[in-house]
Amino acid sequence: MKLLVCISQAPDTTSRIAFTNGNTEFDSSGVQYIVNPYDEWYALVRAIELKEKHGGTVTTLTVGEAGCDPVIRKALAIGADDAIRVDVKPTDAMQVARLIADQARSGGYDIILCGKETIDHNGAVVPAMVAEMLDCGFVSNATHLDVAGSQATLKREAAGGEEVVGIECPFVLSAAKGMAEQRIPNMRGIMSARTKPLAVESAESTSATAISQFTLPPEKGACKMVDADRPEELIRLLREEAKAI
Amino acid sequence: MSVLAIISTKNGAATKAGLEAASYASAWARSTGDEAVAIIAGPLSNLDALGATGVGRVLHYAEEVTDSGQWAKLATAATEFVGSNAVVASHDPFGRAVAPRVAVRLEAGLVAGVTELPKNGAVRKNVFSGKAMADVEVSTEKSVYTITPNAFGISSDGEGASTESFSAELGAAKEVIQGFEAASADGQVPLPEADLVVSAGRGLKGPENWGIVEDLAQSLGATTACSRPVSDIGWRPHHEHVGQTGITIRPNLYIAAGISGAIQHLAGVNQSKVIVVINTDPEAPFFKAADYGIVGDAFEVLPKLTAAIKALNS
Repeated sequence: MKLLVCISQAPDTTSRIAFTNGNTEFDSSGVQYIVNPYDEWYALVRAIELKEKHGGTVTTLTVGEAGCDPVIRKALAIGADDAIRVDVKPTDAMQVARLIADQARSGGYDIILCGKETIDHNGAVVPAMVAEMLDCGFVSNATHLDVAGSQATLKREAAGGEEVVGIECPFVLSAAKGMAEQRIPNMRGIMSARTKPLAVESAESTSATAISQFTLPPEKGACKMVDADRPEELIRLLREEAKAI
Repeated sequence: MSVLAIISTKNGAATKAGLEAASYASAWARSTGDEAVAIIAGPLSNLDALGATGVGRVLHYAEEVTDSGQWAKLATAATEFVGSNAVVASHDPFGRAVAPRVAVRLEAGLVAGVTELPKNGAVRKNVFSGKAMADVEVSTEKSVYTITPNAFGISSDGEGASTESFSAELGAAKEVIQGFEAASADGQVPLPEADLVVSAGRGLKGPENWGIVEDLAQSLGATTACSRPVSDIGWRPHHEHVGQTGITIRPNLYIAAGISGAIQHLAGVNQSKVIVVINTDPEAPFFKAADYGIVGDAFEVLPKLTAAIKALNS
């Protein structure tokens, strides 16, 4: 089984969010980058589990500049076999999807696994774009994946529960909580990751959207404290002041 | 230029997120003097709510469509049929599967998770898990937008829509639905759509103590949620986990008991309009992100809140 896992880097959750260049660019100074959690915890780890069970290969694919290499090495340390990086600065979902689809088309992959969204731009639309470009099926917010031959069974989040979906390979999925558990790379993985192949491809690209300005939300006012013995006062505030109930 | 809204259904009626997308399309079309059109599929028992959002026309495809590729073909055909340059869908699992495919077919730029109507050629969305907003401009002739649930209200002052049958060549389905597993919490509004959420964490000390959380949620008509440690150790099911790696919510009211407020938890809940924190530790970081706080023991405070609400309701 040939598995492709799309990996994005994202600012660590605890990063200070600030902007430069007239509030048009994210200020990355001092920011620690991590593997986007949905890509790592759920998509990558499930791909590695499937490889361990059925055999095959796990390749990671990243659209990004050289600064992404540390998070790609982390993915290799967790257990991917090899990596591809398309050397383009990602600026738009359609652009990234096009670059992923172009790479995937020639690779003959059985399943393309993505995280359900990145924690920086929160778009959650690249996976379905890739599916459309490759003319294959797609399962969004998948929480479970099993494969038998060329037939896969998945569960996906749906209103009020989970749907069970059958689908033929090749297909694309976006992974959500439940798919797998986080894996911490061991020393052997970290050592071997240094010498695993990381192919860098160049490509042309155009964007269909552009961010004209970032804004920070207004500061939250002070928390209004209510005496623990007077919960009816909280209910009154929620009704009359906050109008939340 | 009309605006087309793609509407998902459940049990023969438009979903809440679908009605929000229709309301967004209507408000936008009205502001430019144009018409909003909805495309919907499958047997329908109720179209009144959809007409009330202000859409003028409803295109109805008779068969139920569950395959995202087929839905994209249907929505693309509808877009071409009405000559629309703008397409709107919900930013839920349905919209995230269908809208990107439509964008590819139309060669349209897509802005995902928008929270406001377009202004001065740009449309606003949340980024960095609610820690910032971005104004995005689309450079293509056609454009597609997904609307963040609970960000845009449902209009109810529309005059009703005219419904017409619509058909298109959809090809074969690739995604086959084989079953549905209902979440254990029957009858609750699903978390991503919920207006009211009551959540608890490790401060509750054990799964056997969740009755007081469920009682408060029930008295409010709220949905229950939990923090990550609680779902990781199996006290509560995974689908209740709100936070960075679980579900992102945007309710009117979020009540958190016994949750300290780690930054990963806040990333999933900080778009709530009003946050109430109940914690024994006055130094809990969650109080800094809260609108109202009670320093106290959840085991005492939650039942008192439930009683106060029941007294109010009766």
